[in-house]
Amino acid sequence: MFEIFTQLADWLTYAVLGLSPDSKLGDAAHFFIEDVSKIFVLLLVMIYFIALLRASLNVEKVRDYLAGRHRGIGYLLGSGFGAITPFCSCSSIPVFLGFTSAGIPVGITMSFLLTSPLINEVAILLLMSLLGWKFTVLYVVIGMSVGIIGGFFLDSIRAERWLQSFAAKALAAGQNKTAPNQPKQEPTVLPFSQRHQFAKGETLEIFGRVWKWVIIGVGLGAALHGFVPDGWIETYLGDGQWWSVPAAVLLGIPLYSNATGVIPVMESLIINGLPIGTTLAFCMSTVAASFPEFILLKQVMQWRLLAIVFVMLLVSFSVVGWLFNAFSSFL
Amino acid sequence: MKQIKVLGSGCSKCKKTAELIEQLAHELAIPVSVTKETSPEVIMGFGVMSTPAVAIDEQLVHSGSVPNAAQIKEWLTKESS
Repeated sequence: MFEIFTQLADWLTYAVLGLSPDSKLGDAAHFFIEDVSKIFVLLLVMIYFIALLRASLNVEKVRDYLAGRHRGIGYLLGSGFGAITPFCSCSSIPVFLGFTSAGIPVGITMSFLLTSPLINEVAILLLMSLLGWKFTVLYVVIGMSVGIIGGFFLDSIRAERWLQSFAAKALAAGQNKTAPNQPKQEPTVLPFSQRHQFAKGETLEIFGRVWKWVIIGVGLGAALHGFVPDGWIETYLGDGQWWSVPAAVLLGIPLYSNATGVIPVMESLIINGLPIGTTLAFCMSTVAASFPEFILLKQVMQWRLLAIVFVMLLVSFSVVGWLFNAFSSFL
Repeated sequence: MKQIKVLGSGCSKCKKTAELIEQLAHELAIPVSVTKETSPEVIMGFGVMSTPAVAIDEQLVHSGSVPNAAQIKEWLTKESS
């Protein structure tokens, strides 16, 4: 089903641009054209259909559902909803406070917020088509585990001590209340025309945000593909170099991208021989840990908690990287 | 005069919302005061989780997206109670 993109790239690279299939430049251009066209088409189609399905899911419903849940199942649910619920990252503070004032423990809220950038349905489908289902399952399991374990850890150190005082008060007030503080939303059945409107808006908005990342990601991949000598990455950044994992995590922090944009980079890094764990560590750090996000969180958390969350992410991504490098032979 | 607050943490959509309301009010020649409310504490007080949200005279009328022109006109022309 994807041959059409190979044929398009063949035609554009060799016939229109007149590049030789044996040259480095021809190789890189072919890779770039094939991947960009394939990803753009996949994105447009997939975002639309998925948005149709999830048009009626929103953070308000998730909050009502999570409020009053037992902690044990709460982390799992929080993380699961984080993966599938659409929300703009600029809403993370209102979401945090909305959950908190409904009495949902900080750990469960953080399971939701940590998983949310790591996993989304577009990322999952892109991973499937570029890197295969095994890798996809693994990525989802790891992403959710980071969210679940992170949330559990934050509750076990009683992270709510280090909220800003107004947020702590809201949490206490929410937990003392037995009845839900807001009228439950009536179940909504959306007519198709509204779903279509939502899906169209989502497609245009998400595509408008990520297309440049795809170009950058694939461009980087094409450059690696065509110009970095085969084996270079394996020799210098391969399995034997334990430090390459934390280095990749640190490198990922100032870089910021969403999961959709970073996947083409993942693909090219893996094809070029970067170990799978190092790649994962780099990508998760790029997606989930960014300075702007942390500055925003400062509004609801004290420095101490912020630092704990930050270190927690660094450690967990490094552990993910090392584990995967150690077990990658079984994949 | 209607006191309109656009709730949101300063993202581009919130800015767009505020501009749109001001522009439409101007076209309809309705005097309004539009302010952007970025304090998380106040936003929480309205019970809002998806921004941008809009409150008119302290009444929440909208949340979760940039409102469209028809919606805004309706709010602007409705008699304040």
